[in-house]
Amino acid sequence: MSEAFDARTYLENYDGPDFRIMEVCGTHTHEIFRQGIRRILSPKIKLISGPGCPVCVTPVSFIDEAVYLALEKGCTITTFGDLVRVPGTKMSLAGARAKGASIKVVYSPSDAVKYAGAHKDEQVVFLSVGFETTTPSDVIAVKTAMREGLTNFSLLTANKTMPGAYEAMGKSCDAFLYPGHVHCITGTQICKDMCEKGISGVIAGFTGDELLTALAIAAKKHAEGKPFFVNCYPRVVTDEGSPAAVAIVDKFMQPCDAEWRGIGTIPMSGMELRDEYAAYDARKKFEIPDLKGEYKTACRCGDVLQGKILPKECPLFGKACNPDHPVGACMVSSEGACSAFFMYGGDL
Amino acid sequence: MSDVITLAHGSGGRKTSELIAELFKKNLGNEYFTADDAAVMPKPEGKIAMSTDGFIVSPWEFPGGNIGKLSICGTVNDLACMGAKPLYLTCSYIVEEGFPVADLEKIAEAMGETCKKAGVKIVAGDTKVAGKGQVDKVFITTAGVGVIKEGVNLSGANAKPGDKIIVTGDVGRHGTCILLARDEYGIEADVKSDCAPLWDAVDAVLEVCPEMHVIRDATRGGVGTVLYEICDQSDVGIDINSEAVPVAPEVRGVTGMLGLEPLYLACEGTMVMMCPAEYADKVVEALQKTEHAKGAAIIGEVTSENKGRVVMTTGIGGKTYLPQPGNELLPRIC
Repeated sequence: MSEAFDARTYLENYDGPDFRIMEVCGTHTHEIFRQGIRRILSPKIKLISGPGCPVCVTPVSFIDEAVYLALEKGCTITTFGDLVRVPGTKMSLAGARAKGASIKVVYSPSDAVKYAGAHKDEQVVFLSVGFETTTPSDVIAVKTAMREGLTNFSLLTANKTMPGAYEAMGKSCDAFLYPGHVHCITGTQICKDMCEKGISGVIAGFTGDELLTALAIAAKKHAEGKPFFVNCYPRVVTDEGSPAAVAIVDKFMQPCDAEWRGIGTIPMSGMELRDEYAAYDARKKFEIPDLKGEYKTACRCGDVLQGKILPKECPLFGKACNPDHPVGACMVSSEGACSAFFMYGGDL
Repeated sequence: MSDVITLAHGSGGRKTSELIAELFKKNLGNEYFTADDAAVMPKPEGKIAMSTDGFIVSPWEFPGGNIGKLSICGTVNDLACMGAKPLYLTCSYIVEEGFPVADLEKIAEAMGETCKKAGVKIVAGDTKVAGKGQVDKVFITTAGVGVIKEGVNLSGANAKPGDKIIVTGDVGRHGTCILLARDEYGIEADVKSDCAPLWDAVDAVLEVCPEMHVIRDATRGGVGTVLYEICDQSDVGIDINSEAVPVAPEVRGVTGMLGLEPLYLACEGTMVMMCPAEYADKVVEALQKTEHAKGAAIIGEVTSENKGRVVMTTGIGGKTYLPQPGNELLPRIC
């Protein structure tokens, strides 16, 4: 039996102080449900699916901007598939496509640049969402477009960074299950700084064993009563992270305030292209007006992301809102808390 | 004969006759193969089963087979799932104008070989040629008749609580192979389709377990879809041990990267079987002695709890639902 045996026993029988731990990575959310980890935990441990799925935290106004570019400016929108179904104020990108907009699903930003190179008569916009893990490939797409002299490629940015979210969400939980992929880029210093500020967490990997181990270590440390940080994913996450990835992002982008769906604006928690790259910034290039997105009132995605309610406590869950007809973003992506809860039977 | 298929090849005239003689008869000919309007065969003893299936896989050729082999395996396996020994097939081609004759020959050769292996005869056929762009290269429809083994009663509605669930081999290989063959993800991996005719495997199983309850071909939608269908048809629940589900390492690698569940990817030479528990080991043993079911394994059992749901016990001992079959946009695979 693996080392997870002890971790599992510890988590099943945990009888220390109540412990709320928040995962802030869509892949963690998905994997926790897929592995049935919630069912293993002692009732004293509560897992909260926080804001970690890029699709789930992307605000309505961002969808509205993309729809505007597609329908009003005739741009070709290239995007990861999940975003296509996220509802905007009036419509989703799927709705815009039905009205004749050109919406292309791609698997990476470099595919979007390739498309732009092959279709020089189209203005191609890539929807640049995601955290520290994916942002480097977004700016590399800009770099490639510059090198190839493409003037028909730009990014609509909604990139986000984690430290701001940790601080904003710190009161909603006792510790974070830090996202392994983010910290393989940024390193561990941010987590150590959080610990200094009294915010606890462990960096976790993504297999069932790695998740159980990280959760058990976190629970044990929590029971000791002092703020803590442990890197439980050392086979991938090093202290210094990836300086090359950090440097290239810093060359092209600068921090900005960012709206998080369901949570609100968190200062300096977003990334935008620097002024010298304005030609690749769709917001500036196409002079998008200030669009105020409107949310569906009954949807409680925000409360789900902050761990205030479980998905099934939302009045729309499984009824008006399901994976075939998502109302809130958390139901759209398979990494969203509501979608994972629905698909894998969170209450099993 | 010309190098490419033209509209004249589908006109019913001289060129059609040429094509039948040089290409189809050569590869598929047998004593019943007819140039008349219908084939005439002796009446088999017992009940017959009949099935039909259309094939539009893209690309038409893939590691481990091509659309010709697939079109035989598909119908042969559908008949086998009812406990029927496949006897006769018909096939109908719709070929795109301009399709290379050499490629059509490759397809006919594969069909001929697969028929021999499966012990089945193609007795009648039809060829139509559609204008450029009206079909994607070549589409094939086969229909087949088989004779049902005596005393066998198989149906998706027959699963009973306590039955063991067996797969005849590793899952998701055909679906993964086709995803890679379309080269949309830029991933290179050596994944061969499991495409194979399985009558010999089914025959061997029915010899040791005539009381077999369910046999299903896990084609489109994969094993996961089959399990949910059986839950509904038989009004039962299903428990699966995820560790016991055989998945080839290369398939696990690719699906892991793409976030796909192998249980939902198509198989073309893997079946799901459900039988009373006391027969399960014998069934697996019999399967493992046949050419295409060496990887057979027991993966779970039918229950009276959680009706309509497939519950998975995960590698770390957690329990989750296997997500319901979704409407994922996957490419044409069969």
